[in-house]
Amino acid sequence: MTATLEQPPAPPFEPDDVPRELGTKRDVPDLAFRGIARTVGAVVLVVTGAIGIFLGYQMIPTLREYGVHFFTQNQWVPEQNLLGIKEVLLGTVEVALIALMFSFPLALLTALYISEYAPSWLRGWLVAAVDLMAAIPSIIYGLWGLLLIAPHALFVARFLNEYLGWIPIFAVHGGNPRAATFAETRYGSSAFIAGMVVSMMVIPMGCAVMRGVFAQAPMGEREAALALGSTRWGVIRSVVIPFGRGGIIGGTMLALGRALGETVAVYLIVSPDFDVKFRPLEIGTITTASLIANFFGDATKVQLSALLAAGFVLFVMTLVVNTFAAIIVNRSRSGAMTEI
Amino acid sequence: MTTVAPPVIDIAAAELPPRNPTGAHLDAQRVSAWFGTNKVLDRVSLSMPPGVVTALIGPSGCGKSTFLRILNRMHESVPSAKLAGEVRLNGEDIYAPGAHITRTRKRIGMVFQKPNPFPAMSIAENVVAGLKLTGTRIGHAERDALIEDCLQRGGLWAEVKDRLSAPGGSLSGGQQQRLCIARSLAVNPDVLLMDEPCSALDPTSTRRIEETIAILRDQVTIVIVTHNMQQAARVSQQCAFFLAELGTPGQIVEVGSTKDMFERPIDQRTSDYVNGRFG
Repeated sequence: MTATLEQPPAPPFEPDDVPRELGTKRDVPDLAFRGIARTVGAVVLVVTGAIGIFLGYQMIPTLREYGVHFFTQNQWVPEQNLLGIKEVLLGTVEVALIALMFSFPLALLTALYISEYAPSWLRGWLVAAVDLMAAIPSIIYGLWGLLLIAPHALFVARFLNEYLGWIPIFAVHGGNPRAATFAETRYGSSAFIAGMVVSMMVIPMGCAVMRGVFAQAPMGEREAALALGSTRWGVIRSVVIPFGRGGIIGGTMLALGRALGETVAVYLIVSPDFDVKFRPLEIGTITTASLIANFFGDATKVQLSALLAAGFVLFVMTLVVNTFAAIIVNRSRSGAMTEI
Repeated sequence: MTTVAPPVIDIAAAELPPRNPTGAHLDAQRVSAWFGTNKVLDRVSLSMPPGVVTALIGPSGCGKSTFLRILNRMHESVPSAKLAGEVRLNGEDIYAPGAHITRTRKRIGMVFQKPNPFPAMSIAENVVAGLKLTGTRIGHAERDALIEDCLQRGGLWAEVKDRLSAPGGSLSGGQQQRLCIARSLAVNPDVLLMDEPCSALDPTSTRRIEETIAILRDQVTIVIVTHNMQQAARVSQQCAFFLAELGTPGQIVEVGSTKDMFERPIDQRTSDYVNGRFG
């Protein structure tokens, strides 16, 4: 081995032995189809890029007008031209994380049930039902959350506040859970309720990716576990979940990306509030998307730029999250064949 | 359709020196199998006594793998699969209404055609995976002893004793297959089923596995499906020849001691098959 290492590297090609150019005459249908496919692909890239550039360009007037304070201060008072997105970004992440907290276990268990336990006649129906959840317009989710969920979630919030209120994130200022009259308004229109509703909207994405990955868990390993006397739960624990880890993480991050951008449902539910606080049970928060929906109507030209700049920050956040999701899914053994 | 009941020969009593095998007696009676409406096995009966390696031979598609998978209730994991008949393990029907599928599979282990260690687990974890999966608790010292014992019996100990924490997937194909055998042995089965365990392996690995089978023979009842006639002749004492003639489900044409099957087959079709004239 050492001898070969000490030898000078041979010239890559000898003059009478060089790789030749490989060419082929392409057929017309092939050329035509390639041209069409390339054009469409390029259009998609150009549109996405253009949106990014358009949003990014809004940063210039925004920063010129508001400076770094745009990122560091939390007030959004258009009348005083006092705009900052600190709480907006925090609120966006807060609502998205609460949504994940609900959607992750639901999506995971749904995917496991569909791929491991459901009888085959039921499987198709369940897949269709979960996919249908993705097709419901978000305004419907918003109304559903506002009219059906929120009135009940109030009591969940009060319960959590009553028994876990000593933990800062379960605190509610101005709300006394043991008071004779229930201060309902302090517990409503909160990040907690908004996150609950958003979670319903992101379950299908997480579930679809996880289900796809679980279905690819190798038959050989499943049978190995079964032949050892394993229960189905044992197969899930020893084969399906280790194999599907990449898909679980990737699907969850994809759901996170979706949750970050949810607009209408959050807009309907939360009451805008720009205080930096970490009390999701308490009334009021704001997310980037709902900020834009709330304020773009009365915005001046430069304030509109500021809203779009906030949108740009969201765009970048989502891009980063989705890119990470894609990397994780593609790197894992499980995700090698999965499209997300 | 006429069915000829194959002659039943008591191999264990007839040919082998007296020994004290610890495996269980597996007895299939009138086993039929279907996939959907397609019948693939027709009333197959076969007695697989302890201390005897039974080889199932026959051309592709004759139902021998299906028969093997019926013996430890793996057949029913295919959605459209159905079956009839009985499989008795020491006299008890494993398909009886009160029978426990996971306990049955634990008692009747299986080694598959393609080595299938759990890739995320280490070699040692793979060996004791069956204990974890069946919820059997075991002490640390006991666990280490069991790992060594099973790897010894699987003929892999010498090669892996210094790297028990390496992933199971890092072994060669032949080593992986012996790891799978060791893993099957760790739950202390009474029967070990092997579905063409050497068909994906090179000749050296094949020889190692055949040696392992010879050693295990007294400890567990072994049933092996093989396409390799020489292997059947080398490792088995009893042989069953399966055949599915055009458009008919698989049946056992002939069963007997391996010596007789290869030297003095009764049926012309057996003679043709073992001498390589078809299949």
